[in-house]
Amino acid sequence: MPKLLGRFRYHLAIFFAVIGPGFITAVVDNDSGGIFTYSAAGARFGYLPLWTLLPITLALIITQEMCSRMGAVTGKGLSDLIREEFGLRITFLMMALLVITNLTNVMSEFAGVASSLELFHVSRYISVPLAAVAVWFLVVKGNYQSVEKIFLFACVLYVTYVISGFLVKPDWKEAAIYSVKPVLLLEPAYIYMLIGMVGTTIAPWMQFYLQAAVVEKGITAKEYAESRIEVVVGCVMTAVIAFFIIVACAGAIYSVMPTDIADATQAAVGLRPFGEYAVLLFSAGLLNASIFAASILPLSTAYTVCEGLGFESGVNRRMNEAPIFYTLYTALIVIGAGVVLIPGFPLVRMIVLSQVLNGMLLPFVLIPMVLLINKRDLMGEWVNPRWFNLVSWVVVVVMIGLTMAYGGLAVRGVH
Amino acid sequence: MPVFDVKGRRLGRVKDAALVPLVHSSRIDRYLVGSGDVWLTVRYDQVRSITLDEGIFLSDEHLTPYHDDEYMLRLGRDLLDQQIIDVTGRKVVRVTDLTFERHADGKRDMLTVTDVDIGVRSIVRRLFQGILPPRWIRRIQAPIPPQSIRWEFCNVVEPDPQRRLRLNISYQKLEAIHPADLADIVEELAPAEREAIFEMLDSEVAADTLSEVDPRMQASILEALEPEKAADIVEEMAPDEAADVLSELEQGASEDILDEMESSPKTEVQELLEFEEDTAGGMMNTEYVYLGVDASVADGLAAVKGNEELLENLNTVFLVDDQERLSAAIPLARLLMAPPDSRLKDLASESLLQVTVEEQQDRVLEFFDKYNLLTLPVVDENGKLAGVITADDVISVLRQK
Repeated sequence: MPKLLGRFRYHLAIFFAVIGPGFITAVVDNDSGGIFTYSAAGARFGYLPLWTLLPITLALIITQEMCSRMGAVTGKGLSDLIREEFGLRITFLMMALLVITNLTNVMSEFAGVASSLELFHVSRYISVPLAAVAVWFLVVKGNYQSVEKIFLFACVLYVTYVISGFLVKPDWKEAAIYSVKPVLLLEPAYIYMLIGMVGTTIAPWMQFYLQAAVVEKGITAKEYAESRIEVVVGCVMTAVIAFFIIVACAGAIYSVMPTDIADATQAAVGLRPFGEYAVLLFSAGLLNASIFAASILPLSTAYTVCEGLGFESGVNRRMNEAPIFYTLYTALIVIGAGVVLIPGFPLVRMIVLSQVLNGMLLPFVLIPMVLLINKRDLMGEWVNPRWFNLVSWVVVVVMIGLTMAYGGLAVRGVH
Repeated sequence: MPVFDVKGRRLGRVKDAALVPLVHSSRIDRYLVGSGDVWLTVRYDQVRSITLDEGIFLSDEHLTPYHDDEYMLRLGRDLLDQQIIDVTGRKVVRVTDLTFERHADGKRDMLTVTDVDIGVRSIVRRLFQGILPPRWIRRIQAPIPPQSIRWEFCNVVEPDPQRRLRLNISYQKLEAIHPADLADIVEELAPAEREAIFEMLDSEVAADTLSEVDPRMQASILEALEPEKAADIVEEMAPDEAADVLSELEQGASEDILDEMESSPKTEVQELLEFEEDTAGGMMNTEYVYLGVDASVADGLAAVKGNEELLENLNTVFLVDDQERLSAAIPLARLLMAPPDSRLKDLASESLLQVTVEEQQDRVLEFFDKYNLLTLPVVDENGKLAGVITADDVISVLRQK
């Protein structure tokens, strides 16, 4: 028995040794927004959306790689660079947009907490305030570092989707075909879902978070090669999990009857092969992902904004030293959790909406990133290869195109 | 702000302004005036008057086209929105705005930079300038307290050594800051800027600062410096800290630095490098005061006075026998109380606590906790005194856990 325990420890050590900013970002990527958006996509459209995963993964790898490269080479955060190169006004506008979008994301994390525990009939009026207070203290009192590993390890729960994806006996032939065959429906719901899928996978706040984490960890241009591998591995992992969530939901929900997921009970059906444990597994996975992201997101937002605008920031500062930082951080949590408590608040619809906003904001983050990373006086020999620029611009154009298409279709009321 | 020539014709607008720090540290020396695609340079002595409402009127016709000049510190490009060091506040701040003062000496108006503005008030001005009427902006600003730093207490950070020379940037002001605060400042900067500061600092200050910097960062700073400069800094560090830093470096890099070091600190550091990091040998330093078993109190006091550079951490003197084996430890306080002709041996602590160089770090920590120690002698396998571990070594180990 001690021997077994020793071996388990050894594996755990290996597991944590490879973990860096790229990996953590990739894991947080599958937050409550991710779970619900992919589930909703699979439940409503079946295997149809699978084709988007390849291009999305490519775009994800490229954006994450650009961020970590910028962080390693310049040693500065993304908002610092935007401020230094584009001035105060643009920075302010971006930060305002980011705060709004991230606020909806924080709401979606707390909505995740509410819906996961409502499966066990825990009222959201108990779970959400508790979670908010816990997150606030966890981060401010500096115990976050020790808890992070627990969160990361609990993400093993995503494996349940991989297992479920096999057990529901999906139509693999169809899944394979639709993985490579692009289908574009001129239907607002479909386009809405596409934007949401891009937005949840390549969330703007993650770019700020990742770059800051790379800088924080002190990774330099010399050691950058290893980080690059980690980024790519993380992104692929994210995509694999997304694939299985969609397949599981397509097999378990869509093939029975195409459904618009409106609550967690329906989403949990994606894990049906686990029988009576499906609800438990779904709830635990969702709760962990939600609290994990809720610990990172408001903090990352407060850091980003304060650094961009030049205010004192950091949890190692006292409250009267960094008043704006703490105000912003607390406000994000209080408002994010507060809104979820409004009676009759549509949890799942809010979660998906926040991911769609992510997708719509993405071009505004990507454009300055591409401009920055091509500046030779900033990046030296590390400027972007041409095809990186090409992919980035394509993403920008596609996302603006999708947003406009959705706007157009919604206005004309086509169904 | 529009610019008009001698005859009152409009030349263009001020696009930027520049200091030439080698000539004057705060006077605006050049105004860069843009009209269309062409930028012109106006020297400060070509200006007749400057007013907020009307603009700048010149007194000279002979303007030169602008070309990028390494001696210019351009306010808009090099200062605004960039990070600088606030020497009095001991932190890194981002410049949001600048405050000028106008001097008139009868012949011409001159502007000097007086303050660097940070904080919300200056952000309001930058955001709304030109969008809202100035009166409104002032009304919004009124309740917000200003936050500014006197220009002479600002230190611009410039990674490029050539340009640093041309802009007359030195880091002498920083040397007055406490090393621990300076370390905090340095940690906030980007790597290139960090290295620039260590390159320029006096080796002794640099060494004190480097010891306070986050251990992960220490190695990357030393690796980036020229080996000669790195060696100068490492020589000034306490040998145990120097060994800790060097053991974090890659093999080649630490050898390069050791090669550049002078022989006596080098051997000490090399000896320490032999020990495993998490043993007593890895924690100890080799700076201590010891005497022969038969020494008197007067000898002891003389030895303490002779080791002035150790004063900060000195609270025990050791006695060794003729084979250099540790035989007693005497707290400094007892030394001071005792009559000068008594023998040191008689003052020794009742029980002699010591550990061997191989002792595990955790055991050492336990010792410190259990016996409330300030200093713990470390001996080698023959009982010879090899070094001492002091409370500050223990604290830094605990902090890193």
